[in-house]
Amino acid sequence: MIDLLAALVAPFREIAGAPTFFVEVLLGGIFAGLLYSLVALGFVLIFKASGVFNFAQGVMVLFAALTLVGLMERGAPVMLALVLTMAVMVALAFAIEKLVLRPLVNQEYIILFMATIGLNFFLEGFGEMVWGANVKRLDVGIPDRSFMLKGVQINQLELTAAITAAVLVTVLAVFFQRTRIGRALRAVADDHEAALSIGIPLKTIWVVVWSVSGLVALVAGVMWGAKSGVQFSLSLIALKALPVLILGGFTSVPGAIAGGLIIGVGEKVAEVYWGPLVGGAIENWFAYVLALGFLLIRPQGLFGEKIIERV
Amino acid sequence: MTATAGSAPLLQVDDISVRFGALLALNRVSLSVPRGEIAAIIGPNGAGKTTLLNCISGFYQPSEGRIAFAGRDRTRLSPPDVAALGIARTFQNVALFRGMSVLDNIMTGRILKMRGNFLLDALWWGPARRQELAHRAFVERIIDFLEIQAIRKSPAGLLPYGLQKRVELARALAAEPQLLLLDEPMAGMNVEEKEDMCRFILDVNSEFGTTIALIEHDMGVVMDICDHVVVLDYGRKIADGTPEHVRKDQAVLDAYLGVAHHD
Repeated sequence: MIDLLAALVAPFREIAGAPTFFVEVLLGGIFAGLLYSLVALGFVLIFKASGVFNFAQGVMVLFAALTLVGLMERGAPVMLALVLTMAVMVALAFAIEKLVLRPLVNQEYIILFMATIGLNFFLEGFGEMVWGANVKRLDVGIPDRSFMLKGVQINQLELTAAITAAVLVTVLAVFFQRTRIGRALRAVADDHEAALSIGIPLKTIWVVVWSVSGLVALVAGVMWGAKSGVQFSLSLIALKALPVLILGGFTSVPGAIAGGLIIGVGEKVAEVYWGPLVGGAIENWFAYVLALGFLLIRPQGLFGEKIIERV
Repeated sequence: MTATAGSAPLLQVDDISVRFGALLALNRVSLSVPRGEIAAIIGPNGAGKTTLLNCISGFYQPSEGRIAFAGRDRTRLSPPDVAALGIARTFQNVALFRGMSVLDNIMTGRILKMRGNFLLDALWWGPARRQELAHRAFVERIIDFLEIQAIRKSPAGLLPYGLQKRVELARALAAEPQLLLLDEPMAGMNVEEKEDMCRFILDVNSEFGTTIALIEHDMGVVMDICDHVVVLDYGRKIADGTPEHVRKDQAVLDAYLGVAHHD
């Protein structure tokens, strides 16, 4: 009885007792959530356009951040380094299309998936070879300080990052809804043959989605790297993007965003208020348990298309 | 356009062969389709009709022979390049963008006609807006023409089969093609739907001046609407001529009705 009370009532009493602290927890969750959303978005774009599950998305985040830091260490100003890193990510997209996707066109999806595992290890090794393997500090010129707003402590760096991510996501959503390329991308996602027959070149679309995924990875890398340093563990946030995808659906851009926020906020809140009951560390497994629950109840995710197969 | 290109047939296929492993799917097939004509490609199942269509539209590359369009060689082009030349097609098993509305499907058909500055597109501003509206107006004309006003907002994947075929035709027409390739446009339709589709094909031909090559199994339809019939059997061309001529051809009768071989 006591335990039940502690699990069901006490946390809410705590929330009601200190609302400003709860808002701070929420903000922390939203920050982490936006980051997961960005990584998940990279997955969704590539999966929609080519049906490839890009195992290397997490390493692309690491690689982008490493490149940025590496260029800055060599004396490039922040803006120049950012532009150069973007160019590197676009060049990477062209290289992947030419060297990995094109030779494997019309192969089984599992083979393309294996190819992205190879890409994962290549990028990891290549990045460390060029830029070194030690933990690096990323300073993009935004101080990691907090200010108070109506009694809520807000971190300046996190706020900037969250706004940047929100703007990026909005721009992408508009891009895919409104533009010619966006329409072409949705067409390719629906039917490759039909898209080819009306004159949409698949190769161009692939380069576009891998480039956009690379840029999204760069933003995620900058956000996380500025917060906790650029190191190998950056690539592990891809693992957190998996439950996000299961929640949001593999083919849905809004799903990736909503899924990321739910998991980011959910795990922070669970950690802070329910963590003490089970001795902490809920943050590490919360996302996966939530995803497992979703797989049982709604396997297509919140926004995914329901898969109906005729028997 | 030069005078020679004008007088040459719109589509000229010379001696093309396609091999899938040991199977010779097309064996030195030639045909020509003059501008403004409705041509039919017929033949028993597995005769190589769709393979021929896939070669013309760039989905397969023939191992031998050449294909010329409007007097220019275009044997080795990818499907998007073929589309850019002004050849549109439909598929045997309807290939629509199932998640998009009928209107969006048809708009996508105009993608090659659109010039894009994606910044302007995204802002929905100035020339981008005017361009979108102009394309939209053209698409509305096609929707009226094919009598699918009532379903323009429906998701394409949820429509009955006959209407999906019609939407696919609309998408192909949206590209304003010179040559329209139709792979079994009337398969699986009832009599009434077939009559509608025949009427649309004839109207497209006369109103837009589109040259049409179609694959069809219904002989009545073929004899009624086509100017010219090409018959394939086991990857070879066995007859080529007017419907009346082909109907009486002994090789064609043998291919369709079967014949006792005395070797």
